[in-house]
Amino acid sequence: MSWITNTLTSTLGRKLSMSLTGLFLVSFLIVHLSGNFLLYKGDGGEAFNLYSNFMSTNGLIRVLEIGLLLGFGIHIWTASILTRMNSAARPIGYAVQKTHEKVSWFSRNMGLSGSIVLFFLIVHLINFWFPYHYQEMPMVDIEGKPYKDMYGLVARIFHDEWWYSVLYLIALLLLGFHLQHGFASAFRTLGLDHKKYNSIIEGIGNIISIILPLGFATMPVYFWFFHTV
Amino acid sequence: MNTMNLTLKIWRQPNTAAKGELKTYSISGINDHMSFLEMMDVLNENLQKKGEDPVVFDHDCREGICGACSLVINGRPHGPQQTTTCQLHMRSFKDGDTIYIEPWRAKAFPVIKDLMVNRSAFDRIQHAGGYVSVNTGSAQDANAIPIGKEIADEAFNSATCIGCGACVAACKNASAMLFVSAKISQLAMLPQGQAERNRRAEGMVAQMDQEGFGACTNTGACEAECPKQISISNIARMNREYLGAKLSSNAV
Amino acid sequence: MTLDSKIPSGQISEKWSNHKFGLKLVNPANKRKFDIIVVGSGLAGASAAASLAELGYNVKVFTFHDSPRRAHSIAAQGGINAAKNYQNDGDSTYRLFYDTVKGGDYRAREGNVYRLAQVSVDIIDQCVAQGVPFAREYGGLLSNRSFGGAQVSRTFYARGQTGQQLLLGAYSAMNRQIAAGKVKLYTRTEMLDLVVVDGKARGIITRNLITGAIESHAAHAVLLCTGGYGNVFYLSTNAMACNVTATWRAHKKGALFGNPCFTQIHPTCIPVSGDYQSKLTLMSESLRNDGRVWVPKAVGDNRLPTDIPEEERDYFLERKYPSFGNLVPRDVASRNAKSVCDEGRGVGATKLAVYLDFADAIRRDSEDVVRAKYGNLFDMYQQITGENPYKMPMRIYPAVHYTMGGLWVDFNLMTTVPGCYALGEANFSDHGANRLGASALMQGLADGYFVIPYTVGDYLAAIGQEKIGTDRPEFKEAEDAVRKRINGLLSMKGEKTVDELHRKLGLTMWDYCGMSRTEEGLKKAQGIIADIKKEFETNVKVLGANEEMNQSLEKALRLADFIELGALMVQDALDRNESCGGHFREEYQTPDGEALRDDENYAYVAAWEYKGDNQSEVLHKEALKFEYVKLTQRSYK
Repeated sequence: MSWITNTLTSTLGRKLSMSLTGLFLVSFLIVHLSGNFLLYKGDGGEAFNLYSNFMSTNGLIRVLEIGLLLGFGIHIWTASILTRMNSAARPIGYAVQKTHEKVSWFSRNMGLSGSIVLFFLIVHLINFWFPYHYQEMPMVDIEGKPYKDMYGLVARIFHDEWWYSVLYLIALLLLGFHLQHGFASAFRTLGLDHKKYNSIIEGIGNIISIILPLGFATMPVYFWFFHTV
Repeated sequence: MNTMNLTLKIWRQPNTAAKGELKTYSISGINDHMSFLEMMDVLNENLQKKGEDPVVFDHDCREGICGACSLVINGRPHGPQQTTTCQLHMRSFKDGDTIYIEPWRAKAFPVIKDLMVNRSAFDRIQHAGGYVSVNTGSAQDANAIPIGKEIADEAFNSATCIGCGACVAACKNASAMLFVSAKISQLAMLPQGQAERNRRAEGMVAQMDQEGFGACTNTGACEAECPKQISISNIARMNREYLGAKLSSNAV
Repeated sequence: MTLDSKIPSGQISEKWSNHKFGLKLVNPANKRKFDIIVVGSGLAGASAAASLAELGYNVKVFTFHDSPRRAHSIAAQGGINAAKNYQNDGDSTYRLFYDTVKGGDYRAREGNVYRLAQVSVDIIDQCVAQGVPFAREYGGLLSNRSFGGAQVSRTFYARGQTGQQLLLGAYSAMNRQIAAGKVKLYTRTEMLDLVVVDGKARGIITRNLITGAIESHAAHAVLLCTGGYGNVFYLSTNAMACNVTATWRAHKKGALFGNPCFTQIHPTCIPVSGDYQSKLTLMSESLRNDGRVWVPKAVGDNRLPTDIPEEERDYFLERKYPSFGNLVPRDVASRNAKSVCDEGRGVGATKLAVYLDFADAIRRDSEDVVRAKYGNLFDMYQQITGENPYKMPMRIYPAVHYTMGGLWVDFNLMTTVPGCYALGEANFSDHGANRLGASALMQGLADGYFVIPYTVGDYLAAIGQEKIGTDRPEFKEAEDAVRKRINGLLSMKGEKTVDELHRKLGLTMWDYCGMSRTEEGLKKAQGIIADIKKEFETNVKVLGANEEMNQSLEKALRLADFIELGALMVQDALDRNESCGGHFREEYQTPDGEALRDDENYAYVAAWEYKGDNQSEVLHKEALKFEYVKLTQRSYK
């Protein structure tokens, strides 16, 4: 085993993978949310559809998309390996277990929150990404050119499919908790721990864990209540 | 002085290979000045009088420093107070309580008998680099290298680990990272530890993995239960040391 | 038998260096051909094992703990003395030597003590190099504090956990040698006998505490680093498993036992609270700097201490020793606490305690100042007793803490069995009749790091490399004897548990061979101990089998040896018709009630020779010569 595989397959190496991919995925969420805010431009979806088109056709973005896929893949795959390792580390559990009050429930259940978010992610891809790439879609004309009407799809799903919006909101809530622990934890795993900066990192983590899900959550709420197709 | 009657649910397991189970015992006349282990002594004395096998558990100094005592009491390592089991007193319980007493649970800490587990994995991790290579007699004058008080104090804080294993017992992943990181940190902070810094971090982490401990999820349970208040910052420092070592050492 | 202490002649400051030069050496390439057994993994054992392995010897280390780091050295709180004179306050090797001989009430060897003071400075260097985090000043240099029996600040410390940090240092040095394959470590393995072949110590018999396997281990030399025997008193500040078995077994194989009656009683311990008590906890003696010791003037005064007015309190140490007050030495403080309790003026439920009151200090300096100085001790007190010492005076009582006696050794640390050495608290040591605070750690490490690596080579070079196999009949005989002892205990099926008998022995020792002793009491104790021995040999109850983890069996084997040792301690105390240090015979005191030495007749080390079961031990005397320190009467008025 070379030193690289040796490092990456150690417990600390695997945690490093979790941390780096986790932070990368956070950056994706930020970009994703910023782009999605084009839904609110009030131009009947023109900008959003142009953006969607750009995102799915630009070569560089397509390359980054592979990176994103890898990021998700490594994050999920490593998590599953770690989960198996961790449960193997305690083959017989306690008859009674009482967690210290300082330890949050979500920090102990990252696997669960992550799995629910993953489930949502798959549904999300089936609903938006898959049709956009591989199915016939209604088209709209923008400055004389036909574009796939992603805006219409978003508006319709959030407006018509109530179960989807509910799932979306639950997943966002869990994503929030996942980020709340995960963000600061990622920095610790990278070894970034300092009296002066810990509270700043935790503060940013808290903000991100509220702002990102909240930002995404405005979308189903907006289309559900305030938007008529 | 209050006396109390208690129901104890104690893990009994004749040896490593055998299957264990929780057994129920009643004990009466326990007074609140007793330490938890003295309560266990009374139980064992009663059992022996009846001709029953006494409960085996590790203990020695009974003043909170040797790290021998263990026990998960009502689901918490060393019981409800953040101290060692030997310093836990019965005034933390009340008449009529049911107390569950279980051994540390980890694959790397196999049960030897009843509540006694084998923690030699901790020693093997120390063998893998928890030292400064200095032969007796070859040291320079103790004041030759000044060490700032803050650093010396910080290194001391890491060095107060008693090796009891409560961190492993508390961690949902049975991870030993608080223990390992405390030693790596102590020597990483001191000038004496610099020469072998990389080797130490790589060696001790590799041995830790080999022993079958879990990974760290940064839940903070280890720090919250550690009877010596070893800080979880040590784990971050270990991560840093390990990464630095992996990226810069000559070990391919 | 004539005892040859092998103290070199010449100037005291030259003795050790001359002696070292005279010692034979083992060629570096030949060291790997010698095997050394080290029993015990505390400060003395771990430091010896590491140092000898560094030199190239093959070392086997045995500990009954699950890890060497659990050895009871870990519990030492205060610090370690060294004559570094970093404080520029007049310390020197000579002063440390002088203080130690005087503190030991003139019952230690000058030559040994001087060597101890000489190597003390190297110990600090060595420990710092290992990464021991001693307390430091802001400038980065080492900090010191002062301790009892000295007028200079020479104590190095790591908060209240100096023993822990030093042990972890020695343990890490040993770990390095384990990793290098030079030390083989046997944990949960207890030595049950010493094997002597052709008059030389050649190995040990051990029991694996998990499987019960009885095994033989052979070597060229055996080092006993197994600590003290304070647990003969059942209740002491020692850890539960501390025992005398290793040294006692060596004693029965020919090693003389030196000054067995010299025990140190520490005055500030948390008192016994009931019959279930398993151990006593020490509170640092630094508390006596600010705490005032008192009891009610009237017998049977059961009021709360805070309700007893000033004029009805007896601050007995301040009253009797106006110039030293509450800071009299350990033995004096302890004896006075006992005598007020004997008068019936003791406090608390058991009436075996005195108050240590901080009310004045809190009034004078504020609670915060007191908290800053003693916070951790106050917390510990509250943890154990459930009482708040900021509001209520602490209750304290003396407790057995350290044993100055142990196996008799010569200047090379060799016992009277050639090839069998005793290090640290296990030997009769350099402390005479009383040990000064912060000197135990110093001695354990001095023996292990800086004495034995030189002296053991002298012996090995003389006996040659030839190995002795464990197939020799001496090993088989010793193994069989151990098995017989174990089977005897397991098949007895009597009525009394081991702890019951141990408690009885402890109480007897405490009552008659504890803080103060009388001829009458000691004779009475002889009878009681003989009864306990008989009861143990006919009516003890040890359940279970040998082939399993059996803690009752472990305790029973240890108690058997404690009972025999107890008898010898009483005999030694009875024989020493004087008072000195920790040994206070009521018949021998000054008109003011202080210890009265008899230098004319008792300036010797009492070394006892085992002559066989149920036979009286024979006393050998090693005369102590004082060429540098003048013998005087201690006074603290």
